[in-house]
Amino acid sequence: MGLSFDLLINALIAGILLGGFYTAVTLGVSISFGILDIVNIAHPAFIILGSYIAYIINTRLGIDPIVISVVMLPVFYLLGAGVYQVYYESFERRGQEALRGLSFFFGLLFVTEVMLILVFGVDYRYVEAAYIGPSWRIGVMDFPLRMLVPCIAALALFAALELYLSYTFIGRAIAAVAQDQLALRLMGASPMRIKRVAFGISIATASVAGALLIIIQPVEPSVGREYIGRVFAICVLGGLGSLPGTVIGAMLLGILESFTATFYGPSWAPAVAFGVLLLTLAFRPAGLLGR
Amino acid sequence: MAGALLEVTGLSKRFGGFVALDGIDLTVAEGERVGLIGPNGSGKSTLVNCICGTLINETGTVRFNGETVDRLLTHERTHRGMARSFQLPRPFTTLTVADNLRVPLLYTVNARPGSALSPTELDARCAELLQLVGLVDKATHLPRDLTQVEMRKLELARAMAAEPKLLIADESMAGLSHSEVDDIVGLLIRLNERGITIILIEHIMRAVMRFSQRLIVLVSGKKIADGVPDAVIRDSEVERAYIGQ
Amino acid sequence: MRTRVFLLILIAVAAVVFFGARLVSNDYVFFAGYTVLQFVVLATAWNILGGYTGYVNFGSAAFFALGAYATVFLHKFYPLPIPLLIAVGGIVSGIVGLGMGYLTLRLRGAFFAIATLALAVVLQTLVVNWDYVGGSRGAYIIRPNEIALIGPYIQYLFLLMLALSVIALTIARGIERSQLGYGFATIRDDELAAEACGVPTLRLKLIATTLSGALMGMAGAPFPYYIGYLQPSSAFGLEYAVNSIAMPMIGGTTSWVGPLIGAILLGSLQQIATVTISSAVNLLIVGLLLVAFVIIAPNGIVGLVQGWGRGRAK
Repeated sequence: MGLSFDLLINALIAGILLGGFYTAVTLGVSISFGILDIVNIAHPAFIILGSYIAYIINTRLGIDPIVISVVMLPVFYLLGAGVYQVYYESFERRGQEALRGLSFFFGLLFVTEVMLILVFGVDYRYVEAAYIGPSWRIGVMDFPLRMLVPCIAALALFAALELYLSYTFIGRAIAAVAQDQLALRLMGASPMRIKRVAFGISIATASVAGALLIIIQPVEPSVGREYIGRVFAICVLGGLGSLPGTVIGAMLLGILESFTATFYGPSWAPAVAFGVLLLTLAFRPAGLLGR
Repeated sequence: MAGALLEVTGLSKRFGGFVALDGIDLTVAEGERVGLIGPNGSGKSTLVNCICGTLINETGTVRFNGETVDRLLTHERTHRGMARSFQLPRPFTTLTVADNLRVPLLYTVNARPGSALSPTELDARCAELLQLVGLVDKATHLPRDLTQVEMRKLELARAMAAEPKLLIADESMAGLSHSEVDDIVGLLIRLNERGITIILIEHIMRAVMRFSQRLIVLVSGKKIADGVPDAVIRDSEVERAYIGQ
Repeated sequence: MRTRVFLLILIAVAAVVFFGARLVSNDYVFFAGYTVLQFVVLATAWNILGGYTGYVNFGSAAFFALGAYATVFLHKFYPLPIPLLIAVGGIVSGIVGLGMGYLTLRLRGAFFAIATLALAVVLQTLVVNWDYVGGSRGAYIIRPNEIALIGPYIQYLFLLMLALSVIALTIARGIERSQLGYGFATIRDDELAAEACGVPTLRLKLIATTLSGALMGMAGAPFPYYIGYLQPSSAFGLEYAVNSIAMPMIGGTTSWVGPLIGAILLGSLQQIATVTISSAVNLLIVGLLLVAFVIIAPNGIVGLVQGWGRGRAK
């Protein structure tokens, strides 16, 4: 009995820490999909890009990956703004998001993955940092630092974003742009510009998420695909557009995956997120009904 | 209530914290011409959406032709005789103007038991509709070639193509000239004489007053007046809330 | 041109292609041709749901692989004739398409698209963990060397895929000109307005999903015989998802011609590229072309030709 309690509690902890990390991964999509209604399925590609950038700089210069990701925030922001510009001109303005916008992002996802394969090959890459390896032990509870640090970083990112969206002018405009474009225009703000800022922020979060990812696990180009399901499953579970909801959804999924991996084996893990997504969509889309 | 084609009872609809419709009760008798007015954002289109099933209301019921239709999907309500035009025209952009009209003919009129149309009959009805709204010249054009006004006419014609018992026309006359407005009002009155019950949602007061046998006023999601047009117009609350602005 | 006439013409063309190919002394023509024809079916199937109805399916690989694995599963009991396997593959994939559609089509198109991604991953995970069909190790299918009346087995497979292509293209064209085609188009253009006009959108979407899935499953059924050794990574390969989207989008989504052109062009290009460059670069080109076309030429090659024709007429 004692043995399985250990297992249980550590699976729970691992799940929570994982959930924290999943928050960082999903925050960007919460903004682009939850608030802006843009189905950016290429988001995991940007995350993987962040991972590889962290890998390159960490390997060459030895700088901490999280520091790298923060430095890279403006670059990713600009990238996001650029992508949104193209998306807006090509699809949103012409009302073609449904088919062509989706295909566009799918193409981006695909091209990014293949280019990474061509440049880096399919070997797993990893970073070096002081906290990858050691664990804190409290009684029977095990807190691997390589999971704990990203979890804390992720929650910090969430807090920063939540504050930004609630208390700054642009932040509140972003929350408003989903609901009332007319009011925004009357205030002299351009909805398109606001959305561009928001999408830029969304991709900027991918920089951090990527660094956290490669801290937690070794990365190779196709890893991004596992995250598509997770990201949308969390968004849907937590309720679209709600950042706190994202945290809850992320925690739930993290715990579910952790338990599945512990008790049924890791080869079932990819199916968990997608299975959750399918079931949630089927039975409790929670206010997402088309009508 | 005898003779009531449409009965809406206690209908409420919210969007998150915002109450768009607050306990609306409304009845439309068969053959009536009802006008529905109210300031922008008062909930008129939301009401139409709930009646037709495009949106689901939180509370209240909608009865059409003696049947409770709350559980029916929009297309099922259309089959039973409800048709509406959209406030912002929603044409089928890759179909020609004529084909836009064929859709309700194929999928509603043709689908009703006992009223199957042969291809010739279909073409004839299509041509008749185009004639009625003055779009014969544009029959083979795509909607993107139409002017705003022509798009509204197409929108109305498409609703008429479904050969409804109840036609809800949502701001079909915005942007039309004086004489065009009169034409459409005349057209709607003739349709009504053929037996079609019509709810007209409009801002153009001249048209509303000429058309309506009964006038309903919606403000901030609540019905504040319902009666003979002349009396409703003079109602002080209506003046204050709507016309006085 | 009535559909019956179209079918006869296609059959005639197919006969010419088949016998023409036999004149070439190299069997490679059949191996390469099989892949191209497979894409014709996949692209056409995708387009019925994507181009005609406006719902993007990212999980073509799932339906394709279902057909392939249905064959592997049945093969262990008794090696059925391939046409029968094709029918089974079609039924299995059709049912899965129907089921998935029923779960997700009442929601927005975006959720359907994501759900199709989900389906592919879930199915792949199931197959990888299912030893009966080989799991991650894969499954061998011994293919006979020859078959009566035709000769080399690959020619038989080629002929079957040719037949499937003819069927798929005829169905696509038939839909285009029918009431069903109108219904699909209205769903694509404006689903809300379609409902208001009396179009039973859910029912039609389910028809599209089932039909599309079934055709993809039929394309997958002979695959184990073609490839001899089936692994989940090849059956569920990303190239199926990308190509089934890229080929119609590049060829043109509004008519049956688009997927055909896209499949022949891109399919041949990839056959040549795989031999001369690596298959990764090959896929990269497809991906880049997809992004480029979607931005610059949203109506594909068919759209470009039509626009050019209109321009010259002025």
